[in-house]
Amino acid sequence: MSLTSIPKPRSTYKAGRSNNFEMNSWLFMRGSGLLLVVLVIGHLFVNLWQGDGIQQIDFAFVAGKWASPFWQIWDLAMLWLAMLHGMNGLRTIINDYASRGGTKFTLKTLLYFATFVTVVLGTLVIFTFDPCIDPASTLEVCTNR
Amino acid sequence: MWSWVAHRITGVTLFFFLFAHVIDTAMVRVSPEAYNVAVETYKNPIVGLMEVGLVGAVLFHAFNGIRIILVDFWWKGPRYQRQLTWGVLGIFVVLMVPFVIRHLSNVFGH
Repeated sequence: MSLTSIPKPRSTYKAGRSNNFEMNSWLFMRGSGLLLVVLVIGHLFVNLWQGDGIQQIDFAFVAGKWASPFWQIWDLAMLWLAMLHGMNGLRTIINDYASRGGTKFTLKTLLYFATFVTVVLGTLVIFTFDPCIDPASTLEVCTNR
Repeated sequence: MWSWVAHRITGVTLFFFLFAHVIDTAMVRVSPEAYNVAVETYKNPIVGLMEVGLVGAVLFHAFNGIRIILVDFWWKGPRYQRQLTWGVLGIFVVLMVPFVIRHLSNVFGH
């Protein structure tokens, strides 16, 4: 027979619930981290290793990549995951090193605000990108229409 | 202990770089010229050297992160944590050496 009940501890500490957020954020760091290893190293491989590396990067290079939904989704996933992963990492660091409540609050407000603005800006850039923003563009996509 | 410190330092460095990187990429919405001017900064030899540090930070953070996941989730992880640390450094060197050669020849060879 198995033990059917565990005697209640004397402390009034409530386990569960209150720790779910920290547990989820701990799991998120590992899950997003694993995805980011693939996304970021793939990004570096295509942009810095293949072809002429850093020298090949210009407006036409970006237009070429974002002509494909594959790279749009890749970059969007990378943006969101990297920003949230970094935000969560910095939140942990603020919790560890900022001792005063007011300092913690100010730093976290700044962190969440900066993250929000950057994620929104990046998302808009990916979704509203126009390879023919310059009417005189000589890119193939723009001259063939 | 030192890999914990290095994980934090590389993480914070990469997060701050992300802000700069999203803003420079956002220049594609301004004009092709504005973007090309922004990205030209990355081709400067001094910035090119800093990119070696940035890629080094990515590779260390990535593989040390995998080591942390293995220690947390793999039942043999804690027992092999010492070997895993050497594994991280090994992969880091194996990827960094060819990258540095290729990247610096791209930066200085043009």
